[in-house]
Amino acid sequence: MSATRPIATTREATGMPTGRLAIWWVIASEIVIFGGILGSYIMHRLGHPEWQYQSEHTNTWIGAFNTFVLLTSSLCAVLAHEQAAKKNGPGAARYLMFTTLGGLVFLVVKSFEWTNEIKHGFTITSNTFWSFYYTAAGLHALHIIAGMIIMLIVAADARKNRELQRVENIGIYWHFVDLVWIFLFPLLYIAK
Amino acid sequence: MSADTHAAHAGHAHPSYVKIWGILLVLLVVSVAGPFLGIRVVTLITAFGIAIVKAYIVARYFMHINIEKKYVAYLVGAMVILMVLMVGAAAPDIMHHEGANWHNQAAADTVKKGMAAGEAGAGHHEASEHGGTEHGGAAPAGEHH
Repeated sequence: MSATRPIATTREATGMPTGRLAIWWVIASEIVIFGGILGSYIMHRLGHPEWQYQSEHTNTWIGAFNTFVLLTSSLCAVLAHEQAAKKNGPGAARYLMFTTLGGLVFLVVKSFEWTNEIKHGFTITSNTFWSFYYTAAGLHALHIIAGMIIMLIVAADARKNRELQRVENIGIYWHFVDLVWIFLFPLLYIAK
Repeated sequence: MSADTHAAHAGHAHPSYVKIWGILLVLLVVSVAGPFLGIRVVTLITAFGIAIVKAYIVARYFMHINIEKKYVAYLVGAMVILMVLMVGAAAPDIMHHEGANWHNQAAADTVKKGMAAGEAGAGHHEASEHGGTEHGGAAPAGEHH
């Protein structure tokens, strides 16, 4: 075992590569972060019936389209993992690029959606509902951006058949980001 | 060893990922269609019940948590329990605006003001038939008089 290899790919005292364990630790901490925000939103929503008049202005169809985009990008991420397992680095990189494209489409749609809402006077300071809306969706969007950047780096290595174990790691992270949206969608777009 | 673990992890027999994606899309359609029935219970089930099912499918078939080391599920599950306890402990004071020895007048006023503004806005929508004010929607509650 080469001394130049990072310990994240070589040390397995826990029964799995340290890099993958690290991703699960990240997800464990993210559960509390997003769970706290969503839990607070639910509590406030139940205590503030007047929010129904604010939530009726979110666009369900845009939310549904973005859910479709994220689910599809998650499919591409798991297909990239499948290719990496077959030692097909270029194939994995191609699927990772599709996943990144999904993230980009999501962000573009979100930017048009937010622009429209802000133009209509619904800003982060308008009302507590909109404060939650922009905070939760904004934090989620930051995670999308971070995932896209990391995915491009992983894809660049994977294309050369290097560090293929990272394809699965970034995939697990991306699925979690998708999972958060699965809960944000009904809370912000369906529960009117 | 790392590569072997990786291959074994991914080599685990699994249903077609495209089929799983198709199921997720069907569930998405159901969750969007649910509210059109106009029955509150159905909306809650199709929105949040289906969200839980979708989350389970993603965690199991895309994240492969079922074939991961057992302690990963315990780790993630512990965080979910911690979050539920944290939220549950605070919920009684946030969901209600008064209790045995306290009264949150500011929150009660906010609800009253917001409901009045919302009802006025809804009336305006019906009258104008374009679903919004000159701003394109009901103005934020704080801006109504």
